[in-house]
Parts: sequence; structure tokens; C-alpha cells
Amino acid sequence: MDRASRRGLSPRLWLAGGWLLLALLAAIFAPLVAPQDPLAQDLMLERLPPFWLDGAEPGYWLGTDSLGRDLLSRLIFGGRIAFIVAFAAAIAACLVGSTLGLIAGYFGGWADRIISRIVDIWMAFPPVLFAILLVAVLGTGLSSVILAIAIIDWTRFCRVIRAEAMGQSRMDYVENARIAGYGRIGIMLREVLPNVVPSIVALLSLEMGIAVIVEAILSFVNLSISTDDPTWGGIIAEGRLSIHQAWWVLVFPLITLILTVLSFGQFGEALKARFDPVLR
Amino acid sequence: MSACLDIANLSAVLPNGQRVLRSVSLAVQPGEVRALVGESGAGKTMIGKAVLGVLPSSVRIVEGDMLLEGEDLGKLQPKARRALVGARTALIPQDPLTALNPSRRIGPQMTDRLVRILGWSGEKADTRIRQLLDEVQIRDPERVLKCYPHELSGGMRQRVLIAAAFAAEPRLIVADEPTTALDVTVQKQILRLIAALQREHGTAILFVTHDLGVVAKISQKVSVLYAGKVVEEADTAALFAAPQHPYTRALMAATPRYTDPFASLRPVDEAVLAGLAAEIAAADLAWRRPHG
Repeated sequence: MDRASRRGLSPRLWLAGGWLLLALLAAIFAPLVAPQDPLAQDLMLERLPPFWLDGAEPGYWLGTDSLGRDLLSRLIFGGRIAFIVAFAAAIAACLVGSTLGLIAGYFGGWADRIISRIVDIWMAFPPVLFAILLVAVLGTGLSSVILAIAIIDWTRFCRVIRAEAMGQSRMDYVENARIAGYGRIGIMLREVLPNVVPSIVALLSLEMGIAVIVEAILSFVNLSISTDDPTWGGIIAEGRLSIHQAWWVLVFPLITLILTVLSFGQFGEALKARFDPVLR
Repeated sequence: MSACLDIANLSAVLPNGQRVLRSVSLAVQPGEVRALVGESGAGKTMIGKAVLGVLPSSVRIVEGDMLLEGEDLGKLQPKARRALVGARTALIPQDPLTALNPSRRIGPQMTDRLVRILGWSGEKADTRIRQLLDEVQIRDPERVLKCYPHELSGGMRQRVLIAAAFAAEPRLIVADEPTTALDVTVQKQILRLIAALQREHGTAILFVTHDLGVVAKISQKVSVLYAGKVVEEADTAALFAAPQHPYTRALMAATPRYTDPFASLRPVDEAVLAGLAAEIAAADLAWRRPHG
């Protein structure tokens, strides 16, 4: 039996992966799959309820908001920004944080002291306020949001990868490689790095979920991208205003957000459990 | 003929000034097995690490020379030293569970070193590894080469590590308690294997152990350590026939005998230890006197 099937098909990998794939495909092919134009307003159709309630219109599955825009279409288009931010910000944060964490954990000494102090100072800032401040300084727009999230969240990678690299560096196989005459950087990249990759992958996926949340928070306070493009946070903000008349405008984006964030976290953990050669 | 390893007056200290090695001198001739025996903390492992250049960063060598095949390790640049030590020595580690990289398969892990450090061709390295796996009596090398370390038992991993240590034909192998982490039944096989490969390849071994039984089985020469100091040095046969130093005698007396499994364990005689402590304290003061 090969390794993958022996571990079994973990349901959480498939559930989380399935939802993410569905949401991602919908976002990529948004113009094809969205039933309506997400920006088209129609005051005759305002605050339509979702399809199973009285008064629903066919074609508007999840109902409409107070301007008569189709909620499902807005969610699908909002997914585009959510995924772009998730991937770009998480990868940027991962590259910076993992590199510094690996260096701090493997080399120790002064490198570790300097990097760790920077992380300590960084983490003393409240992250959401930090993000709002950064976007206020950098200006709104997609790239500022991505940059802000990366600037804030690299410490998450740095701390975890530092600890992992430190643990691996104390293992005898690293000492053995030193005796064999490998250079320090070679050992770090060839011996230590492959052993922290499962953690990096898990963290990367988790961070994508966090980036989705931060983007939603920034949209909620109207500091994300400042165009008319729908974002999940923006829809939630609008839904808050009409919660008593149209609860669905608040509830569906929240459910989408929660499912996506949860899936990112679970997907990462499941991947790690499956591909880590050492069963943990 | 010059010694394979010649250590002279090696002393090392911790940052707080505590001495971990006290003027250790010993020589290992080519093809000879030299046992280093002593209690935990006697500094036996430190000597091995000092030779291999992997002392913990907190331990500092304050005096002494180490000559590997006539080359003074202390005088070499770090890079040259690494190259020399990498090509001529190897380690058989204490804990086979952590001494193999968990994320790499056994095969590439073993050949990598020969290819990258010694510049062998991949084919030559591959043939060599298979030959060594055969020598350490691994019956299904094909499977083992494809395994990740965690898929092998402790004894198998130790065999792999022994094969890896001998593969590059080093002149000196440091064996750091290679049987301590293993099952008692496996210990004997591993010990026999090391002895057999040592004879076959004519490699000198610095064999670190706390087990006098192992010393008697495998070594020709032995140095007895206490608190970083060599208290006695002799041919193994002579040492067991007539131990000279009171500490050696006390250590032998404290060795459990398997003939009576219910006898209580005996600690090393305290009067002897007190005498040693006084001796070492006096030596430390004598060392300090010129400065005071």
C-alpha cells in the first residue's frame, strides 16, 4: 500500500479543500457563474428575501440588499478580492517571516537576539489598529491592504518557524552534517528547512484565513479598496445597517467568511498531518 | 608511525570558569580502539566533540593541541579544518533516533555525503553504500534505501549510521555510546558489528562509553576519566588484570554483576571520590598559582 492511502482520506482535508476549491472557482469564473450583475441596482427589487421565504424572486437565490443588488453575485465577486488578498498577503508574510525565523532559529546568538527583539516590539502593536494605521498611511487600495497584512503578520511565521528550526538544529543529524563538513547555510537549507516545511505549509494556509478576516475588517471600516467592487467586509458593513429589515445581508457573508477562514485553517492542518513524513 | 589522533594537555572551560576537561592527553594509534570510560559528566563526550569540532558554543578550549594524522586542528582555518575533519573522521552517535534527517530517505541521505563532501560520482557512492549495508547485515537494502528513518527500528537505524560512518573510509571514528539507546539484545549485535567492521577496515576508534563490560570487549587501550581528568590510562587487558588507580578499582567494584540479578546496585566508593576531589582541587590551585 502506498503512503497516502495508508493514512486514509481525511474527511477534514476533503471538506475544507472542497469548500475552498468551490469558492475559488466561483471567484475566478465570477462573470460566468454569478446570476446577476453585482453592481446593478434595482429599487423595485430591494430587500428581497432568500429563495425559501415568501416574496423571493427567482434568480435572486440569497435575496438582495437595500439597493436591490443580488447578494449571491456580490458574494461571488467579493471572493475575488478575498482570495487575491489571502494568497498575496499570506505568501509575502510567509516569505519574510519564515526566512527570518529560520535564520534566528538555526544560527541563534546575535541573529536570534536581534530578530526576536524586533518580533517582540512588532507584536506589542494591536494588530487591527496597526493595520488601520498602515492603510491610513499607505492609502487605500488592493496593494496597500496586501502590504499592510504582510507587514503585520510576518511575525506569526517568524515565531513558529524560529522555534521549529531551533528544535531541529539541536538534533544529532544537524551535528552529523557539521562533522561531515557541510557549510552552515547549506545545512540550514538542505537539512533544517525540509523539516520545517510542513509547519510552514500549515501556517501559510492558516494565514490565508487570517488575511481574509483582516481584509474583511478593513472593508468593514471602509479602509480596504475604495472602489465599488463588492467585498465581504463591505457587504457585512452594509448588512449591519439593515439587520432588522434584511438579516440575510449580514448573515450570508458572515457564514461565507467563517466557512472560508475555518477551511483555510483546517486545510493547512490536514495537509501537514498527511505530508509530514514523521507521524506526529 | 605518527598517531592517528594525538591530544595533548587539552583543557576546556564553561563560561562560569568550571573546567570540563583538565589537561587531557591521549593518543589513538592507527587501527586501534581506544575506550574512554567514566561516569556521566566525566567529559568523555566532550573529548569526542572537541576532536570533531562540534563543541557546544558555551565550552571554550583554553589550552592544548589536537593533532589529526599530524595536522594541528587548532592551527587550521575553520574551512580547512572542516574539510579535513569531514574527510577523515566520522561519528557513530549515541541516539540513532535523532541522528538521521527525518524528512529524507535513507538512500539519498547516505550517498549525499560521499558525493558532496568527497566528490564521488553518484554511481560510485551508490555501489559503496550498498556494499556497506551488506557489511552491516542489512538483508533488504533496496527497501531500506527507500525508507524514511522513522520507518526503521532503532537497531536498523544504528546499522545504517554505522554503515554511513564507515562508508567514506575515515581514519578515525568517534563512537559516542553507540549502544546506550538500544535494546539490550540489540546492543550485543551492534557492538559485534562495530568490532567486525573496525577489524575489516582498520579504522581507529575513539569509543566513548560508561560500560566497563563494553570496554573489555572492544578496546585495546583505555583511558579512565573522572571530572574531565584522565585518572588512569592502560592497555585494556592490563587495566582489568591490575587496575592501578583507586578510582578505577572503585568503578569496577561498582559494576553490576549479572550472576546475581537480585544484588543491590553499589555506588562508587565515596572515600575514593573524596580523595579525587581533593586531588583535583589541589591541581586546580597549582594551575592558578603562577597567576596569583
